[in-house]
Amino acid sequence: MTLPEQKATAGGPRPWWQRRGLCLGVALTLGSALIGLLAPVLAPGDPAAMGELSDRLLAPSMAHPLGTDLLGRDVLVRLVHGARTSLMVGWVSVLAAMICGTAVGMAAGLGPRWLDRVLMSITDLFMAFPRIFLILLLVSVTSPSLVLIMVVLGVTGWMGVARLVRAESLSLREREYIMAVRGLGLTPLQVARRHILPGLWPTIIVATSLRVGGAILSEAFLSYLGLGVQEPMVSWGGMIQMGRANLVDGWWLATLPGVALAITVIGYNLLGESLREWLDPRRQAGGLDD
Amino acid sequence: MLPWLTSRLAQSLLLIFILVSAVFFVVRLAPGDPLDQVVEEELGPADRELMRQRLGLDGGLWQQYGRWLEALAHGDMGHSLRQQRPVTEILAEALGPTLLLTLTAYSLQLILVIASALVMSTRRGQPLDHAVQGIGLTFYSLPFFWLSLMFVLLFSRQLGWFPAGGWESPDAAFYSLGERWLDRLHHLVLPATTLALGAFMGPARYLRAGLDDVLAQDYILAARARGLSNRRVLWRHGLRNALLPLITLMGMWLPNLLGGALVVEVVFGWPGMGRVTIEAIWARDYPVVMATTLLTGVAVVVGSTLADLLYRWADPRLRLPDMADSEGSRRDAS
Repeated sequence: MTLPEQKATAGGPRPWWQRRGLCLGVALTLGSALIGLLAPVLAPGDPAAMGELSDRLLAPSMAHPLGTDLLGRDVLVRLVHGARTSLMVGWVSVLAAMICGTAVGMAAGLGPRWLDRVLMSITDLFMAFPRIFLILLLVSVTSPSLVLIMVVLGVTGWMGVARLVRAESLSLREREYIMAVRGLGLTPLQVARRHILPGLWPTIIVATSLRVGGAILSEAFLSYLGLGVQEPMVSWGGMIQMGRANLVDGWWLATLPGVALAITVIGYNLLGESLREWLDPRRQAGGLDD
Repeated sequence: MLPWLTSRLAQSLLLIFILVSAVFFVVRLAPGDPLDQVVEEELGPADRELMRQRLGLDGGLWQQYGRWLEALAHGDMGHSLRQQRPVTEILAEALGPTLLLTLTAYSLQLILVIASALVMSTRRGQPLDHAVQGIGLTFYSLPFFWLSLMFVLLFSRQLGWFPAGGWESPDAAFYSLGERWLDRLHHLVLPATTLALGAFMGPARYLRAGLDDVLAQDYILAARARGLSNRRVLWRHGLRNALLPLITLMGMWLPNLLGGALVVEVVFGWPGMGRVTIEAIWARDYPVVMATTLLTGVAVVVGSTLADLLYRWADPRLRLPDMADSEGSRRDAS
């Protein structure tokens, strides 16, 4: 099932926020990446080490700008370290999904027609399914770990990329320059790798950046359920889970990791949206799909 | 129409069959003996074998698969490992709350989608358009479970307007029928609103694009030229035509809604399928997990089939015989 193709809408000036969107998106994603990379420098020490008894559940103050949790650990330090987990899971799983999706999409778009039908049926099958149930099913039969989360998110996340890549491959293969290199006697594999793949990059990059946010949110939810990243590793989702018990008297515990998540994900979504507009103005409308 | 209908239904049935098989094999082929997740290690070999038989884990993989299919065909989804009762009984209890929640959220979402698409399309490029887009993108980027928690914090813990969880008050059994439903509605407001807010932006943007397209058509110009009011043009000529793809869209959006419902149910303690699923996962009660996964998958397949049928029925152009062959033209169309 595909959506009806959207015609390009009439031009008109681009709204301001979309151009600022790119800058803001880059700033937020770069910022979160830097915080994640520099976590040991920015917040030295072990984020899992318990604090003094007197340090428990302190409201934000000068000593602890974002307060402390039930075990007396500084929330800011933990937030900074949590960025590492979120970004690592987000990036690794999306890169895995991107590689699978590109391979499947190119095989479907460029290969024989029967292969296309088989691969696209499988893709549709996966897509028809609520992803979170698929993820939970996979997680439920194994024991939770960081690697597992990345694998599961990758395995369940390639379908959208595959469809986009297939559609783009179908259109690229009919271009004249592809006919020309075919005529030169290159093998189909060479044509695919050297001449079609470069043309696919804009699609792949946009699809990738739009999916990192979703992967980060999925990891957070799994960790919130206790099915994702396990202690002592810090995860924003896990922090929210811990803060749940003190929703009112320790409001900062559940609230702040969510804000961190929101800012990071908004950054990636803004980046993806603006990149799409920039690299692929034809498909301005629609979006936010998976 | 009929050949199309048969092939579409056959396709859906095949999809369901694959789903059933996939759920089975994912659980059975996972590393480790499923028995180990259920029984204590110190159990003697004879008892283990007995347990194995009772759980249907004896015999070869294909034998088990055959038994699982046969049982399913009889509407038997096995026994819960923790609750000592049939899985179907658990599902039947959870179905009502989930339907109430998802259908309410679906309707709310539909209203939100249409309203925001109308606003964005008619105020195109204006501050209101950007504001709606910005709000939509923000809601889309927020962690859903966290948003639910924040709503609990704000509207029930701080303001005390709504209950923080569950789908009825503890003493609901003593209420009259009318009071009982009022109580449920009161419990429903927060979860349903959260669910509707979380994901309205995706379909809204598609609808907006469709509306932009339709409003650029000549017949809209013609309608305006005839002197029809803006409102009439927008509602009767614009929206009506743009709503058509929305049928497909809302069908495609069903998986997202069900996924979202799971999250909301867990945070709000809503006793539906999602909560049952998560609790079963925590308890390693895999027959229940298999069943809820399966049921959700079937719901999605049925939903998308219905959406397809509805679309055919609503769009007279597709009833023409020469256009009915969508399979053949699919490769070029997409």
